[in-house]
Amino acid sequence: MPFNLLVLACLAYVAFLFTVAFVADRRAEAGTLPWLSSPLVYTLSLSVYCTAWTFYGAVGYAARSGLEFVTIYLGPTLVFIGWWVVLRKLVRIAKTQRVTSIADLISSRYGKSSLLGVVVTLICVTAATPYIALQLQSVALSFSVFASDTPDGWHLPDRDTTALWVAGGLALFTILFGTRNLDANEQHHGVVTAIAVEAVVKLVALVAVGVFVVWIVADGPADIVTRIDASRLAGWELVPGRWAGLIFLSAAAILTLPRMFQVLVVENADERHLSTASWAFPLYLAAMSLFVVPIAVVGLEVLPDGSNPDLFVLTLPLALDQGGLAMLAFLGGFSSATSMVIVAAIALATMVSNHVVMPLILAFGERKGTEPGDLRRVVLLARRLSIAGVMALGYGYYTLTGGSGALAATGLIAFVGVAQILPAMLGALFWRGATRTGAMLGLGTGFGLWLYTLYLPSFGQGAVIAAHVFEGGLFGLGWLRPEALFGISGMDPLLHALFWSLAVNTLLFVGGSLLTFPSPMERLQGARFVQAFDQSGPAPGWSRGQAEPEDLLVMAQRILGEDVALAFFQANARAQGKDGYLPDITPAFMNDLERRLSGSIGAAAAHAMIAQIAGGASVSVEDLMAVANETAQIMEYSARLEAQQDELTRTARQLREANDKLTQLSVQKDAFLSQISHELRTPMTSIRAFSEIMMDEDVPPELCARYAGIIHDEAIRLTRLLDDLLDLSVLESGTVQLTLRTASLRDMLDRALQAAGSTRPERDFALHRDGQAEQVTVSSDIDRLTQVFINIISNARKYCDAEAPALRIVVRRKGDQVQVDFIDNGSGIPKPSQALIFEKFARLTDSAKAGGAGLGLAICREIMQNLGGSIAYLPGQGGAAFRVVFPATLVLPIGGPA
Amino acid sequence: MGKHVLLIEDEPNISEAIRFILTRDGFRVSCHHQGRDALDVVRAEQPDALILDAMLPGRNGYDILRDLRAEPATAALPVLMLTARGQGRDRELAEAAGASGFMAKPFSNAEVLASVRALLGQT
Repeated sequence: MPFNLLVLACLAYVAFLFTVAFVADRRAEAGTLPWLSSPLVYTLSLSVYCTAWTFYGAVGYAARSGLEFVTIYLGPTLVFIGWWVVLRKLVRIAKTQRVTSIADLISSRYGKSSLLGVVVTLICVTAATPYIALQLQSVALSFSVFASDTPDGWHLPDRDTTALWVAGGLALFTILFGTRNLDANEQHHGVVTAIAVEAVVKLVALVAVGVFVVWIVADGPADIVTRIDASRLAGWELVPGRWAGLIFLSAAAILTLPRMFQVLVVENADERHLSTASWAFPLYLAAMSLFVVPIAVVGLEVLPDGSNPDLFVLTLPLALDQGGLAMLAFLGGFSSATSMVIVAAIALATMVSNHVVMPLILAFGERKGTEPGDLRRVVLLARRLSIAGVMALGYGYYTLTGGSGALAATGLIAFVGVAQILPAMLGALFWRGATRTGAMLGLGTGFGLWLYTLYLPSFGQGAVIAAHVFEGGLFGLGWLRPEALFGISGMDPLLHALFWSLAVNTLLFVGGSLLTFPSPMERLQGARFVQAFDQSGPAPGWSRGQAEPEDLLVMAQRILGEDVALAFFQANARAQGKDGYLPDITPAFMNDLERRLSGSIGAAAAHAMIAQIAGGASVSVEDLMAVANETAQIMEYSARLEAQQDELTRTARQLREANDKLTQLSVQKDAFLSQISHELRTPMTSIRAFSEIMMDEDVPPELCARYAGIIHDEAIRLTRLLDDLLDLSVLESGTVQLTLRTASLRDMLDRALQAAGSTRPERDFALHRDGQAEQVTVSSDIDRLTQVFINIISNARKYCDAEAPALRIVVRRKGDQVQVDFIDNGSGIPKPSQALIFEKFARLTDSAKAGGAGLGLAICREIMQNLGGSIAYLPGQGGAAFRVVFPATLVLPIGGPA
Repeated sequence: MGKHVLLIEDEPNISEAIRFILTRDGFRVSCHHQGRDALDVVRAEQPDALILDAMLPGRNGYDILRDLRAEPATAALPVLMLTARGQGRDRELAEAAGASGFMAKPFSNAEVLASVRALLGQT
């Protein structure tokens, strides 16, 4: 095919891809591209795993080593089917932490370490450069095979020129669609859609060639099986060690290859797409590998000996005069190469610009702290330069090595390189104890070993490492031979490098992590990563150079205490009219926060901390976090002491109160006993004195009779006192037995008046009653209630000092309450005494007049309490007035006094 | 004519009993039943001895005794205090107020008689 036509076809294809990417980007911006964020597009975009190496190289691999090429598909398949939980966790963490690349992931997890970011970037660029060169080589190779001089005398350009053109074109495409905007998520809808289209093209192309080979060239599957048996592939034998190693290697690579991380994690639009990809992607891989062996076998048969098996996919249709099919195969290979280069360039450029170029620009740039717009332009420029740089490296490598070597070998070397990231990555996801030092040691040593044992030797003996080193080892030390470390020789170089680099890497990573202590920032990030699924809602974001509210909150919580800090942030968020607890970071808020922190740690420290988190100070965040941690511990300790002090004070106060109460009770008890003693001794004194008088012989009989009468009365008085005391004691203890009966209030008052009539019977009382109002039916302890009435009426008879004593009884019904007032026309009770009359022994007059111990009203009060009512003195009624209130129907509480 | 004994006691039965005992023994006994105007009564009657109840309506016996001791005319008046509380503290209070003798209720008639005699220098 004339090369100018081929160039035209390529350009048309590229223009088609441009259109797809452009339309997808536009639709994505407008938000009208539902199928773009579909699991299908996601799964297809994962096919960047299948590069030109897979498209062309697998056939070559099969022609050279039989079925071993399958291992490259088995690893990812196992990861997707068996380990998709890991993928899900990766995606979840990347989303919550806004991870932009695999270097970002490692750096972020290990305390936002910039050095780790640089190291991972270095590993990725070093590993990917030959890989990109490989793609350029495959395009150049296929181009040279397919194209021919034009009839009008145009000469086919040499391969280097083709590669240059391809590299330039891809750089242009990547810059156009990979750096159109600076999205925080680093997602590129246009590119992903174009990659998905290319995935379809390469699958269709390979399957088409396969179908052609199986059903056109051969006579169907049965014939192919016969041909396979007859070919040299049949004599191939399985090498278990190499199989296991390669499966593990490709499984590791699917997780750690920068371009895979880009499409798998960064470009993921929805976590649920992973579940579709977990079966669809292995299916895609199976389809891609289905016709590899038939093509290899037929190619070996049909094509002349010495033909490059890496190009069978293209040369077989050409040799059989199938121009159209060859064109399709060429486009398939072209798609494989370009999609890999584009995605790898985007992923690497993100890393290079974020972890190498931007820090340098920020560190040495003159315009520090300029406005955001400026920084944006700088970032975009850095990104574009990085893409160009990555392409230039790939092209440079291609021209340096002269496009030599088999496709598959170069790919595997890159796999071992990126696999060095695996221990640190798995540690990041599952081991909170993993530390930055451990990751640094493991990554650094693994990277070094990979360079020394595999990468540099791949340039050939004497190219980078002198030939005598291969023979005698570094510095003449035999155990340091690059391909026979520690004297273990005879191993497959690839497996040898894989084993030593990963074993030492893992050992140092684990050992280093166990022996070192993580900084607060590492612990914080470790918890966020390992417990990614425990965090509900969007987790605190990851920031570069600018203050994030989450970071400020974490810091503030260490200083102010969790609740106080949270309340402060919430209050500010509410003041800004925002929901949740994170306010926008405004200058006013920062000032507030600084003032608040100053109260805890002093103005200078507060300013330094905020300046650090906001960016641009020389103290490390880790140091400050450590300081804050210590401060918080001291404050917590002092707070605990304070709490203990408070507790002690409280206990002391309670004890004092209890003591006061006991003292008061003791005084009351003494006073009560003293009162009882007095009340008992007084009648006893009379009894004793008169009985002694009567024992003398000279007492006249009429006096004897009188004195016997006094003794009798005093004995009765004693008995009544004891009865009252017992009554009061029962009533006060609440164990009184109430007998509920129903009676008419009128009858009760009649009875009470009659009983009280014995008190000073010589006085004639005028009674004022309302018979109508007294017609109330009472259901209560009738005897007790009547006892209260008797007491009140007796008191009136005793104490009413009016010339013509009168007693008015007023009954009122208030709902279910009955109110009975007893009002006499005497001088009443003086105001200061009104509060005392219901107390025990509160007799106001001399005992002779009272004729009781002074317990009557105290008993009345207790009775009314037991009957759910009350008794009170009514002041200002002209005379003494008592009001008794009680429920017409008493309902005893269940479980109350039995 | 026997010595004049003034009895200030609010319980009428106790007053009657003491009056009987002392009268029978030849004393001239006058009675008063509350504390409010007790001082005036003492000043007016100028008894040879005073029997004073500690708990009186109106004013308690200890206060009355203190006032009596403060007046020259009654500073040396023999005073026998009666109390129904019968606790050691009451005896101390009585002595502090200046009582010449102290007696707890209930008492035996012989004790009262002996105490009054002793106060008046009789045997």
